[in-house]
Amino acid sequence: MTRLASAFAKGHPALVTFITAGDGDTAANLDALVEGGADVIELGMPFTDPMADGPAIQAANLRSLGKGTTTADIFAIAAAFRQRHPQVPLVLMGYANPMVRRGPEWFAAEAAKAGVDGVICVDIPPEEDEALGPALRAAGVAPIRLATPTTDAARLPAVLEGSSGFLYYVSVAGITGKQQAALASIEENVARLKAATDLPVAVGFGVRTPAQAAEIARVADGAVVGSALVELIGQYGAQAPDHVRRLTASLAEAVHRAGNMSLGSSLRA
Amino acid sequence: MTAKPNSFRTMPDERGHFGQFGGRYVAETLMPLILDLEREYRAAKADPAFKARFDDLLEHYVGRPSPLYFAERLTEHFGGGQIWFKREELNHTGAHKINNCIGQILLAMRMGKTRIIAETGAGQHGVATATVCARFGLPCVIYMGETDVERQKPNVFRMKLLGAEVVPVTSGSKTLKDAMNEALRDWVANVHDTFYIIGTAAGPHPYPELVRDFQSVIGREARAQMLARTGQLPDLLIAAVGGGSNAIGLFHPFLDDPEVAMIGVEAAGHGIETGKHAASLTGGAPGVLHGNKTYLLQDEDGQITEAHSISAGLDYPGIGPEHSWLHESGRVKYLPITDDEALEAFQLCCKLEGIIPALESAHALAALPKLAKDYASDQRILVNVSGRGDKDIFTVAQHLGVKL
Repeated sequence: MTRLASAFAKGHPALVTFITAGDGDTAANLDALVEGGADVIELGMPFTDPMADGPAIQAANLRSLGKGTTTADIFAIAAAFRQRHPQVPLVLMGYANPMVRRGPEWFAAEAAKAGVDGVICVDIPPEEDEALGPALRAAGVAPIRLATPTTDAARLPAVLEGSSGFLYYVSVAGITGKQQAALASIEENVARLKAATDLPVAVGFGVRTPAQAAEIARVADGAVVGSALVELIGQYGAQAPDHVRRLTASLAEAVHRAGNMSLGSSLRA
Repeated sequence: MTAKPNSFRTMPDERGHFGQFGGRYVAETLMPLILDLEREYRAAKADPAFKARFDDLLEHYVGRPSPLYFAERLTEHFGGGQIWFKREELNHTGAHKINNCIGQILLAMRMGKTRIIAETGAGQHGVATATVCARFGLPCVIYMGETDVERQKPNVFRMKLLGAEVVPVTSGSKTLKDAMNEALRDWVANVHDTFYIIGTAAGPHPYPELVRDFQSVIGREARAQMLARTGQLPDLLIAAVGGGSNAIGLFHPFLDDPEVAMIGVEAAGHGIETGKHAASLTGGAPGVLHGNKTYLLQDEDGQITEAHSISAGLDYPGIGPEHSWLHESGRVKYLPITDDEALEAFQLCCKLEGIIPALESAHALAALPKLAKDYASDQRILVNVSGRGDKDIFTVAQHLGVKL
């Protein structure tokens, strides 16, 4: 079983956390996520033009690039993480241009070498899959796709085709870190997605608190939290890891327990 | 170089690719809308009523056809080929931008969209968008980099007079690319009711194609006017290229006339060698930004680098994907022109022709000192004067050390 598959097969929903590479002490913050109980880690690749991101992650991108973070630095962070944490899945998330700059084969090979399990590219939809997808699949790195409220039944098969690892459901039509969608609509959409795929479905965008994450975890295989963690890193700088660990721990507890509750209620029913 | 295509006018392919360029590199949220837009555009293109409405507005609202003008004194000055102007600066709102805005707002209404957003650099596209929104009674939000809001105050006020909300963008370099990022963020959150009127022949498919088609009225008119006036086609076309909508609008109807040479002028800012320029083809490399694959100013890690040009309308680190393809296929040549060369041409055009050109168009005019003498007096060089320069007088005064 792959690291990603194992993370979604622990008998409880998965907490998926996101931070931006090169923003703050990334190694210490990654360790804090693991210590806090994150099941999957998304490491954001900073980009000058993060079109799909809200203010919190935009600011993290600028802080990271302002410190001179390079693509080589990001792979070094990933490789060192893999050394320290052989079992925790690590996914790179970002935009197309830094991923294809030296060619998709180069990027996929470096990702595989660094022990990266999957790649989420925000601006390569299935229609442009050949720009990166074949290289990732050949290198054994999972191309993780996004589904959104606008992904209708006609499109869904194209989104699922060639994707692996998990399916990331973007719960709101919008940018990261803003409002959360109504739970009823999330539940309905996750059910729709799960009817079409065996991949685990993780839900993100606008999930900030343990209570929100628990609600998501009751209806999906995983909850993704990004902006709330990234804001802590922006706020506390070198002191961030303690804060990141504490928030992650309370998120993990809420998400993991939500699974028991939903299991309990379905057993009762 | 790869084998020459039989025609240069059949692009893009059904997936929106111009060779390796173009495409639909957008977030999944936007994909269904982009596909909808493409379907609706195909239907509109085949609908005689849509074309009739577009043509009627261009004639009676925009004031088309724009004149073809023989620039007699500039011709004498350079002593080479005949210099002709396509007078897009005489259009309503003072630039070619309005052609595209008329087409896109008709599409927006056809799709039942009730809210319009746009990005703008110099403010010309913002003014043109605000204008059509006023004309058709749709609410309008214009994203504009804070730096550009500052250097293009008259256009900001024009947009507000026309009823638009102008949102200054403070992220990144606070110029056109950041305004486009912010417009995309708005769009992704408001896909259900909002139409994004992109101002240049770039962005995800079908935008590069539809903007080109709406702007091709420039080249179709110029072709007919030139044949009517001189009995011959022009020998050389020159147009400034930022994103490249005025250039592709002029060039496209001539692409399969091998006797017509074409030059797109890129903004070289302080000079290519200084790194402070906006010449994506001369100084950039292929990459993916704002929905399309095209030449971009970027570093070795694919981070977008800041563009520089005296002209806010050319101050963008990318270029429309069809230009990238025409560049690689060799059909169109691209020439960098510096701020100083453009300023000189700006003044020369004012003095010799009594026409104040936009700084964007001044870049095209600045190619004349380099090229005109290579042409004989019976040959015709057609320059697209894409916009008027009233908006630029403050910038020009500042560079000439004049206090207004």
